[in-house]
Amino acid sequence: MTNGWTDVANADVVLVMGGNPAENHPVGFRFAMEAKRTRKAKLVCIDPRFNRTAAVADHYVPIRSGSDIAFLGGLIHYALEGELYHADYVKQHTNAAFLIEDGFGFDEGYFSGWDAESKTYDKASWQYQKDSSGFARVDETLQNPRSVFQLLKTHYARYTPERVAEICGCSAEEFNRAAETICSTGRAGRSGTILYALGWTQHSHSVQLIHAAAMLQLLLGNIGMPGGGVNAQRGHSNIQGATDMGAWNMLPGYMKVPRAPWRSLDEYVHTNSPAPLRPDALNYWSNTSKFFVSLLKAYYGDNATRDNDYGYDFLPKIGEKDNYSWGFFFDRMNRGGLEGLISFGMNPVANGPNTVKMLSALAKLKWMIVVENFETETAAFWKASELAGEYYPGAPDAADIDTEVFLLPAACFAEKDGTFVNSSRWLQWKNQALPPPGDSKPDQEIIARLFLKLRELYEDEGGTSPEPLTSIAWDYGNAISPDLQEVAREINGQEVATGRQVPGFGALKDDGSTRCGNWLYSGSYTADGNQMARRGQEDPTGLGLYANWSWSWPANRRVLYNRASADADGKPWDESRAPIRWQGGRYTGDVPDFKADAAPDSLGSFIMLPEGVAKLFAPDFVEGPFPEHYEPAESPVDNAMHPAVGVNPSATIFTGELDTLGTRQDYPYVALTYRLTEHFHYWTKHVKTSSLLQSNFFVELPEALAAEKGIQNGDRVRVSSARGTAEGPAMVTKRIRPLQVAGRTIYQVGLPIHWGFLGRTKGPLVNNLTPSVLDPNSGTPEYKGFLVNMEKL
Amino acid sequence: MDFSRRQFFQASATALATTAFGFDLSRAQTRAKELKIARTTQTTSVCPYCAVGCSVIIHTLGDRAKNVKPTVVHIEGDTESPINRGTLCPKGISLKQYVVNDRRLTKPLYRAPGATEWETISWDDAIERMARRIKDTRDTGFVESDDQGRTVNRLDNVALIGGCTDTNEINYLLGKFRFGLGIVTYENQARL
Amino acid sequence: MVTVAKLIDTTTCIGCKACEAACQEWQDQPFPVGTYDGTYQTFPDVRHDFWNLIKFNEIEHADGGLSWHMAKFQCMHCVDAGCITACPAPGAIFRRDNGTVDFDHDKCIGCGYCITACPFDVPRLNPITQKVYKCNLCSDRTAVGLEPACIKACPTNCLTFGARDDLVQIATDRARTLREDGKASAGVYNPAGVGGTNVIYVLEDAAHPEDYGLPNDPTVPWTVRVWQGPLKWLGNAALVGGILGTFFHYIRFGPRHADEESS
Repeated sequence: MTNGWTDVANADVVLVMGGNPAENHPVGFRFAMEAKRTRKAKLVCIDPRFNRTAAVADHYVPIRSGSDIAFLGGLIHYALEGELYHADYVKQHTNAAFLIEDGFGFDEGYFSGWDAESKTYDKASWQYQKDSSGFARVDETLQNPRSVFQLLKTHYARYTPERVAEICGCSAEEFNRAAETICSTGRAGRSGTILYALGWTQHSHSVQLIHAAAMLQLLLGNIGMPGGGVNAQRGHSNIQGATDMGAWNMLPGYMKVPRAPWRSLDEYVHTNSPAPLRPDALNYWSNTSKFFVSLLKAYYGDNATRDNDYGYDFLPKIGEKDNYSWGFFFDRMNRGGLEGLISFGMNPVANGPNTVKMLSALAKLKWMIVVENFETETAAFWKASELAGEYYPGAPDAADIDTEVFLLPAACFAEKDGTFVNSSRWLQWKNQALPPPGDSKPDQEIIARLFLKLRELYEDEGGTSPEPLTSIAWDYGNAISPDLQEVAREINGQEVATGRQVPGFGALKDDGSTRCGNWLYSGSYTADGNQMARRGQEDPTGLGLYANWSWSWPANRRVLYNRASADADGKPWDESRAPIRWQGGRYTGDVPDFKADAAPDSLGSFIMLPEGVAKLFAPDFVEGPFPEHYEPAESPVDNAMHPAVGVNPSATIFTGELDTLGTRQDYPYVALTYRLTEHFHYWTKHVKTSSLLQSNFFVELPEALAAEKGIQNGDRVRVSSARGTAEGPAMVTKRIRPLQVAGRTIYQVGLPIHWGFLGRTKGPLVNNLTPSVLDPNSGTPEYKGFLVNMEKL
Repeated sequence: MDFSRRQFFQASATALATTAFGFDLSRAQTRAKELKIARTTQTTSVCPYCAVGCSVIIHTLGDRAKNVKPTVVHIEGDTESPINRGTLCPKGISLKQYVVNDRRLTKPLYRAPGATEWETISWDDAIERMARRIKDTRDTGFVESDDQGRTVNRLDNVALIGGCTDTNEINYLLGKFRFGLGIVTYENQARL
Repeated sequence: MVTVAKLIDTTTCIGCKACEAACQEWQDQPFPVGTYDGTYQTFPDVRHDFWNLIKFNEIEHADGGLSWHMAKFQCMHCVDAGCITACPAPGAIFRRDNGTVDFDHDKCIGCGYCITACPFDVPRLNPITQKVYKCNLCSDRTAVGLEPACIKACPTNCLTFGARDDLVQIATDRARTLREDGKASAGVYNPAGVGGTNVIYVLEDAAHPEDYGLPNDPTVPWTVRVWQGPLKWLGNAALVGGILGTFFHYIRFGPRHADEESS
């Protein structure tokens, strides 16, 4: 979230799209209800289903799953054409004035630079025009036809309300009513927020979808404002923290894992320290070397020296074009490319696309280690054939699976301390209430024992390249089960010589004199103690910042980009909602997202970006600098924008034996998956509450489709895709409206996730139906908007 | 049936007696049962489910007695949290059902190649065997340099996943574990 | 002592069922596997071991609009409580000083008159213990100044607990605000037929409480009134009582179905 849960109460308009917070984040949703009650805020819900959020919304508009970019493009057009955008904000805080190379263009579904052979873009034409100093050229009048603003207008002129209606399946009137409310925030004194979740991220064009949302919010002047922002409602308790701590291509703090061409520390630092694109850009990532060297010092301790590039070579390097993300490595596993899998609290058999492919892939492993509270479908994947073989016909029999499996009992949240980072980026410390049951152990002990045993084996026996392993600093007071307070102190960062806690990332150095496990968290555990455990109730601004409750990354800042809440001179757009104020040579209120002692007009307002301003035009993504409507990989209709280019041309679509796609003739209905409020993902099927409050899998379908098929409420139905099937009782409802799309009636079908072949109540793994299709930027599978057929059993 | 009928007659007899006294039912009082959290130890924690980050109070009994393992008697929302102000969703309000749960794993389990059942295994044995598997795989699969002779020091044939339900500190330790081995294939729920 | 009440503002209910789970958890009720009846509702109705139920109703309006009403349902703690009137076992159903209608299960004889007499069809007989159960407004919590468990859990401020008079005012104000915001038929549900209730609702469409699973004009059955008046002396005759109970039930709900009490 750019803002946070408590901040939603400051909104005048709450747009919920690509999420269903009343269902999935009921307690976070209380702030939307508070905004409604206390500010008379309008709640707008755009969703394929009239869901729990829609039930309390002021406007509900149904759309076809996968058509969100068309709707958002329509909103951008509506704001631009009606001059409802916040002109001063756009001029001051975005790259609207930047000039783009003459070669850039868009034609019939492709941006300039498309290479049909390699199916990639050459981005040369997507760049800014530069002056002799290397700075981007700008036209402050925004009138230059090569300015981002004019290119933006041209690109979205095609997204008329009628075109939106044709693609999304709502009426143009419904769109216009919602657009009027949403775009009412495009002026000083009004704030609008966007709440989204997996309804946006699970598409083959998901990153561009969220880019479109950010663009809309920038045009409306809602970024950096209390009650504004683009707010991802994250799923798991520490999914934010786990992401902050790295991924296949990320180190802690969103620094890149080295690539093979970056052969030295200097080359790494050079490649990852961007040059400023405007003279007034602070360009914060120019500090990369301090964060990176401090991380190496934390990882390798005394083994990281100036002479060995602070252990740079101990880190793995990935090839230029390698992709080790989820879909790719499971595909590789299924082709026999991996021997081992270690899983801490994750259930890929349930949550990966195309269940049979997951089962098939795991059977090709030599060994697997699963650390869990409960027996999961992943730990017991070898039971799938026995327990539910009829649904997973490709699943091998246990007798034919040679994978050795270790299933280790872990302590649950109540049985260990440590930090969770919530969606608001708040790091909240929790305490241990009781010891784990039986022989189960806290994860830190499991990791430590395994690590120490491996190190011992390498020290005793030698082996391939022991140095990266034996060089890791593991000098915790209790090496076999590190004290998590001690680990938290290391993450915050310390002076190497004195061991003193650093006060924040501003104190980090690139000369080896500081160590820091994650620069973003620097300041969370200072000499004053554990800031994450703070329980202060104060809220002097009245804006719900709660600066003394827990600790927020970065630097305890609660509203990201808060410098943009004021005009060029630092005068707040809205006196009643000013997160920061420039007074007497410093900022009061929230921690400024700015240089703390710099006057408002001295620097660009987006300090992390080389541009110094936010990007309406963003060449960062693989399929274009502007979001464009593309159909899902399986779609019931042609792309009304450009029939010849239906699907995102850059989408990742696997083509193995198990990676089949269906046609609209064989699979005429649009399906989407989602979670119910009574459940938490695939996890609570082991918890009695969930089997009490919503025991059964069901298939939600529109009344008209049920009538066509002769299906009554409660009848057992089979839903099938090109990958697999799921069976359960029908829930015939008025809440999924048939849509008129491209002159045809389109039916959508809802499939809740949660069940599997283990648990208190059992049911289908819905991902048995989902395709191996990924967004090309994020690698997230397309769980929303794939095609199915349905029959009554 | 016999019992309940007799009970019914007895109760009716009582009814006769008291209505004869003209007892006013509307003012009757019975003592409320003792609050089940009256004598508990309270520990503040954070709900492990979604990322709203609701603070919870875990009530345990038995902490102060020797040789007794504490048990959770109730988990409720923490009214001091500016996020949830004491409220919770249905999953959070019944977190006790998750912690105190007969389906929890309490022993390390092992499944041999081709086996159709789990067998229990000691921690020492499990750690020993797992470390051996990891080392064997790493020793054969570790890539020191690529085809252009560039140092890459990476392990391609082991994947490490998870961490979204665990703390920052665990994730950080997993990072050290990961980079010590050279694992690149490292993913979590955020991708899905 | 002040009369307490519960306010349910259905316009802010999101059907999250936190109140349902909180009730089960606090009351140490069992967590059986739920049923599926083609709706989002946990059970078709309240049960002897499930006292707090959110009812889900899809309502299609004449203009084609759709509402999905979610309304928490439980004992209404009526001011004029039919159950107390009907109960033949002294002290088994009683009113606390704070206005709450509660059961003393040591005294309950399981006759079921209260079930028959309840205009909201709330009390339920446990076939094993032969006692009747319903919401007691968390008497153990309210006794020490805590709000009932459902109120504490509710994330959206749909539920409020407090002095009845205050809540009636809050509900009235809220309904007026809703009407001013264009919800013309918003109103308060506090039915006079039972002397008002200590569970008060704000409904967006107060003209149709049945759309929320609430009876339109609940009253204590005349049979119970008769029983309370000239026939009250008969109440001590067990056999007659049994006949009367069946009679009340038939008048109110029609023939009894075999699985009604065990569903």
